[in-house]
Amino acid sequence: MDIPFIKHTLDNGLDVLVHEDRRVPIVAVNVWYHVGSKNEVPGRTGFAHLFEHLMFEGSQHYDRGYFHPLQEAGAALNGSTNADRTNYWQVVPTNALDLALWMESDRMGYLLPALTDAKFENQRDVVLNERRQNYENRPYGMAGMAIVAALYPPDHPYHWLTIGASEDLRAAQIADVRAFFQRYYHPGNASLALAGDVDAAAGVRLAERYFGEVPGAPRPPRVALDPCPAASREIRLVLEDRVELPRLYLAWHSPALFGEGDAELDLVADLLAGGKTSRLYKALVYEQRIATEVAASQNSREAGSFFQVVATAAPGRTLAEVERAITREIALLADRGPTGTEMERCLAQAESHFIFRLQTVGGFGGKSDQLNAYNTFLGNPGFFQQDLERYRNATPQALRAAAAQYLLPQGRVVLSVVPRGRVGLAIEASQPVAVS
Amino acid sequence: MGVDRSRLPTLGTERSFKFPRIDRTTFDNGLRLMTVEHRQVPLISVLLLVPAGASADPPDRPGLAAITADMLDEGCGDLSALDVHEALGRIGAQLETDVGHDATVIGLTMLERFLDRGLQLLADMVMRPRFEQREVDRVRDLRLHRLLQLRDMPPAVADRVFAQLLYRGHPYGHLPIGTETSLRSIAVREISGFHKRAFSPRRTTVITVGDAPHGVMADAVQRAFGPWRSAGDGQPPPDPETFAPPVPPPGRLAIVHRSAAAQSELRIGHVALPRSTPDYHAALVLNMVLGGQFVSRINMNLREDKGYTYGARTAFEFRRAPGPFVLQASVQSETTTDAVREALGEIRAIRAERPVTGEELALGRAALTRGYPRNFETADQIARAAAQLALYDLPDDYFTRFVPTVLALKEDDVTRVAATHVDPARLLTVIVGDREKLTPSLPALELGDASEIPVS
Repeated sequence: MDIPFIKHTLDNGLDVLVHEDRRVPIVAVNVWYHVGSKNEVPGRTGFAHLFEHLMFEGSQHYDRGYFHPLQEAGAALNGSTNADRTNYWQVVPTNALDLALWMESDRMGYLLPALTDAKFENQRDVVLNERRQNYENRPYGMAGMAIVAALYPPDHPYHWLTIGASEDLRAAQIADVRAFFQRYYHPGNASLALAGDVDAAAGVRLAERYFGEVPGAPRPPRVALDPCPAASREIRLVLEDRVELPRLYLAWHSPALFGEGDAELDLVADLLAGGKTSRLYKALVYEQRIATEVAASQNSREAGSFFQVVATAAPGRTLAEVERAITREIALLADRGPTGTEMERCLAQAESHFIFRLQTVGGFGGKSDQLNAYNTFLGNPGFFQQDLERYRNATPQALRAAAAQYLLPQGRVVLSVVPRGRVGLAIEASQPVAVS
Repeated sequence: MGVDRSRLPTLGTERSFKFPRIDRTTFDNGLRLMTVEHRQVPLISVLLLVPAGASADPPDRPGLAAITADMLDEGCGDLSALDVHEALGRIGAQLETDVGHDATVIGLTMLERFLDRGLQLLADMVMRPRFEQREVDRVRDLRLHRLLQLRDMPPAVADRVFAQLLYRGHPYGHLPIGTETSLRSIAVREISGFHKRAFSPRRTTVITVGDAPHGVMADAVQRAFGPWRSAGDGQPPPDPETFAPPVPPPGRLAIVHRSAAAQSELRIGHVALPRSTPDYHAALVLNMVLGGQFVSRINMNLREDKGYTYGARTAFEFRRAPGPFVLQASVQSETTTDAVREALGEIRAIRAERPVTGEELALGRAALTRGYPRNFETADQIARAAAQLALYDLPDDYFTRFVPTVLALKEDDVTRVAATHVDPARLLTVIVGDREKLTPSLPALELGDASEIPVS
């Protein structure tokens, strides 16, 4: 299983990856810039994402919005920003590949001449609305901010979420946009993947034609981050929110994306809370019925990940009960490791997830997105098969060891989110935390 | 050779696309099978479609169809609830149960080599569910907890109130999850009774998409579902096409108060068209221009011009009986009244004052047709497309005819559909937001008195 590709680096530093898949007459055009909210500084949080919005507002040679010509050509398109990278994609009918490359290269090369105060102000309002809709007005929507703020020190760029702080978004200046563009948005910091109904050699030629003229610049230095030492003590926090049921969040520092133990913890997350026969679902939701839902995830990131377990208490049950049950299950796993049956199930699931990932050429998580992810983070777009091997090679002993090493009670953040005015429902000795 | 940046590149010749061919078999027990051979990855997508959804709930039992579907994988045949999921996990399968207004669809995607095992599990769930009391009580509790949590989710509250006011006394007037009173009352025998009435081979369509010829798929489905017999007792749920129209809403404006809400959640719309309307394609084009894509009038106005929202969109929700035309947006509290005024203005204008232009028509038609093959990339997408044919009695050449039908539409067709099927006087506006912030400015909308609806 793999995603066959050719790679060619243009003189200006742009990596071009092309994967042929001729089944449907569509081509995915996918660009990653190796910049995300971890390149931000305190006081200007949320900027990488605000910048992403401006990439859809027109560039020098076509300044009437990014969407119009592409939607008229039958494209689907979007973009997203996370802590480590910003991606942009369009999936176009084969006959609109030139158009997509023209548009994508125009905003890579010529965004700033089209930038205006009006666009900047408008998109700032849009992003503030996005923040209100997806965080402030959503139950438990602010929990993620409290978690990362507790896991990382204030000057660490994982201390804030990609959406940023409202006051920082309000403080952003149009001059910041120019500086950010010059530093991060150039071929030397980008990777272009084409996947679909395109001949590989022709794809490279087209990329050269449209992107070759965009001047390169030095690759910005990697954000140097000390690996966060596992915290030496437990941090307990309580957040009041407009919710009906109290919810518990447990979070730990864990190995970085592709680091040793990363795949193992991803499997541990599945074993703990993936599906109804997982340990936590079975214990908390099915048997004891003290929780109404439970989830676990290894949130893999370039400069250090965090592992998280989230469970909502059933009405009438306490977070203390929920916490005890989760701690017990994790301790049991760290002590005895998974059973053979559990390993079989987890590996079958992992294998089918990798196959699911080969179904689409474009969009978030499609083959073009994966080529760029592997290329951006590892310099190796062909990592798909090796990535799968990381999972296939995981042993029960390695899962046990990862749980024992990383999921310790003394190194975790414990956040209780409780209905307003009910701080008594939190895990005892929790400190109030304010996020806005 | 440099790039000419003085103009956009022209589009090349359109590549032709062959829509997937559907093969059919009807088995002796009446079960219908549709298969599509799709070579891509070693996965098979199976959908099982039963034409009974939330609108088949008895009037005093909203939520019955959904809890019935939810119970299918909670123990069946010789397998306990946990056994079912252990078995699914071991074959790397993904199970998805979706209860809509008109249908229940169970989807199973699995590794190709486990086709027989997957179909056997699906057959056990559908043919031999156990509906044990203790499992029903557990699932009932989980659904009640879910209902409780939905009270704090503005989009869910808005959807519920919008359906309830738009479809008074009508089977579309509640969400599939139902209500607390009803969920508490549902007895196990009602669930098994509903299952017997709604789930029978004669009314069921199975759709498989994957890398295997029709004969192989048909044999596998026959092995799993061949023994299925209709229970033969009780009337099947009525076809939504026979529903009497709903009682019109009591007013044009309703508010659900949410103190200090960061935003207002909006729903604006009215009962519109059934899936069987001859104006289906024209309504799609109209919607593309009005609010169905990023560059639509409403999104460009509310988001890109005014900055009131992260996004606004409209849709005709097509069902067997007339579904709603609805605008959805979450807007800044302070600008709610302005946002509603702009939205209503756009809806009104497209009927006559500012009808769809030639350029907009071209854009709407192009966006729908040029991107159409994109919807047939994965096995699951193809299976879901085929399910639409089964649910809405559409012909097998429906996909092939889609593009030419849309391209044949003219400005007049779209304007006529706007004038006929969108009626500003009937639009109901539902706002979930902070009453105190809204009250001073709302009267300016001249929508009459706002009725206040409790959260539940």
